[in-house]
Amino acid sequence: MGSEFVTLSLTPLLIGIFAAVACALPGNFLLLRKQALIGDAISHVALPGIVVAFLLTGAISTWPMMLGAAGAAVVAVVMIEGIRRLGRIEPGAAMGVVFTTLFAAGVLLLEQSDTSSVHLDVEHALYGNLESLIWLDGTGWGSLLDPEALAYLPVELPRMAATLVVVAGFIALFWRPLKISTFDEGFARTMGMRTDLLGLALVITAAIAAVAAFDAVGSIIVIAMFICPPAAARMMTNRLEVQIAWSVVFATLSAIIGYVFAGYGPIWIGMGDAVSAAGMIATVSGLILAITALVGPCRARAGAPSGV
Amino acid sequence: MQLSLASQNGQTAREEGLDQSPLAIRGLTVSYGEKPAVFSVDMTVVPGQMTAIIGPNGAGKSTLLKAALGIVPPVSGRVQVFGRPLDHQRARIAYVPQRASVDWDFPTRVIDVVMMGLYRELGLLGRIRGTHHKIARDCLERVGMSEFAERQIGQLSGGQQQRVFLARALAQGADLYLLDEPFAGVDAATEKAIIGVLKALRAEGKTVVVVHHDLATVQDYFDNVFLINTRKVAEGAVAEAFTPESLQAAYGGRLATAQIEQIVRPA
Repeated sequence: MGSEFVTLSLTPLLIGIFAAVACALPGNFLLLRKQALIGDAISHVALPGIVVAFLLTGAISTWPMMLGAAGAAVVAVVMIEGIRRLGRIEPGAAMGVVFTTLFAAGVLLLEQSDTSSVHLDVEHALYGNLESLIWLDGTGWGSLLDPEALAYLPVELPRMAATLVVVAGFIALFWRPLKISTFDEGFARTMGMRTDLLGLALVITAAIAAVAAFDAVGSIIVIAMFICPPAAARMMTNRLEVQIAWSVVFATLSAIIGYVFAGYGPIWIGMGDAVSAAGMIATVSGLILAITALVGPCRARAGAPSGV
Repeated sequence: MQLSLASQNGQTAREEGLDQSPLAIRGLTVSYGEKPAVFSVDMTVVPGQMTAIIGPNGAGKSTLLKAALGIVPPVSGRVQVFGRPLDHQRARIAYVPQRASVDWDFPTRVIDVVMMGLYRELGLLGRIRGTHHKIARDCLERVGMSEFAERQIGQLSGGQQQRVFLARALAQGADLYLLDEPFAGVDAATEKAIIGVLKALRAEGKTVVVVHHDLATVQDYFDNVFLINTRKVAEGAVAEAFTPESLQAAYGGRLATAQIEQIVRPA
């Protein structure tokens, strides 16, 4: 665990952890509000948004891409509402139709446009490029105190850290209204809460986390982290406060174990090259969910949705 | 056709009391689709008494309550609480929703649900002090649920869950209590506990309005009734408005005359 770790693994690991936690935190509320698919939807519609932003600006730069993704998310939300109302289709189906269609449109756009000169392709959109976010100037632990080396940290790291602060700050500030309105929206309204605005703010916060994480680590991690750590955490406790804490633990564990397994796992079992870190992180989070579903202390609950 | 069986004198008295009535509704219409669920309803709740909102299934009882509380938006109409617009009087209202309206698998304990009733006092970041814990515990005590404070809410029976909801409303420390079907699907012990609490509230001078489905208990539990079937059918003191004629008008063919005679006992 020396200089090589700092150069090659420290930043991707931290980015992976921050991305996982930033998605898992709002995921807790989305799951309890039965809106878990929102994360899935946002991360899919980000692709066409980013492609359109690239086509308009002709470069891969952060802000246009973020704006493009955010714009696509807004278009998707409007389309979902429109289809739900005009077609009288249930929300889950409307969401499914919209995000698969927009994602497919994004893939077509990507194929039709000349993106060969830049690092923008379907694989990148799905798996991100976590392994490539290395810190060449980080030559040892001492570099963490070296301003010159810190200046060359991958830009994704401070961006993901800032995103995590925003997401965690939103949830901490609006903890009580979020909890009350998620449990009992009608009651929350009688106390004067603007539950519509709060619900919108939650979705926007989730969208910020999804778009930032999408850019750094790809949509697979986003989708997995919105659902798996919160769902696994629910099996561990009957208190929301504790569930949030467990979801952070599980998201962090998924990122660390997934990253290490992706890098060394195949070598340990004699299979040669490393595999996609994003894929492995998502897989680990799924495994954690499977384990908690089998042995979690609160997996069998009187009021839980039955399997039938 | 609007059929108001309230006497002319009673009507005038209520109009005069509009300014300070705990809940005054005028011309309220609510619609979920093409067809209105509540149409042009006036209601004036008498202070310090218990009022039952009754009517057949789908008659708009719950919708009336939700619109009065601003949970569902009205198409038209006006709601005043103690003489002022609803938004200024939120702190004086407590609400008990239908038990089935929430997911009881939600990860929280009984005491946490009761604490939700203190939100207006605590605000976003206000510190929870010993006095707040004491209020919550006292409210649980009043509904006979003290020993369940640490339980997850999904582990309770339906009646116990209903009592937790009532405890949360008590924690709101309101002057007007609005309850949506609090006796639906609860055991006899819970029904007795709830009606005991409501009568105690009345004794303290609080006003209680209950969406109620059990016609057999109306005369025992309530001072006033409000009969609705999309439109207002009758409103007034039980002796005056809870009559075979008004029940017939509200329920139509759904109640046989013989049933009505059993329900409405001579005073």
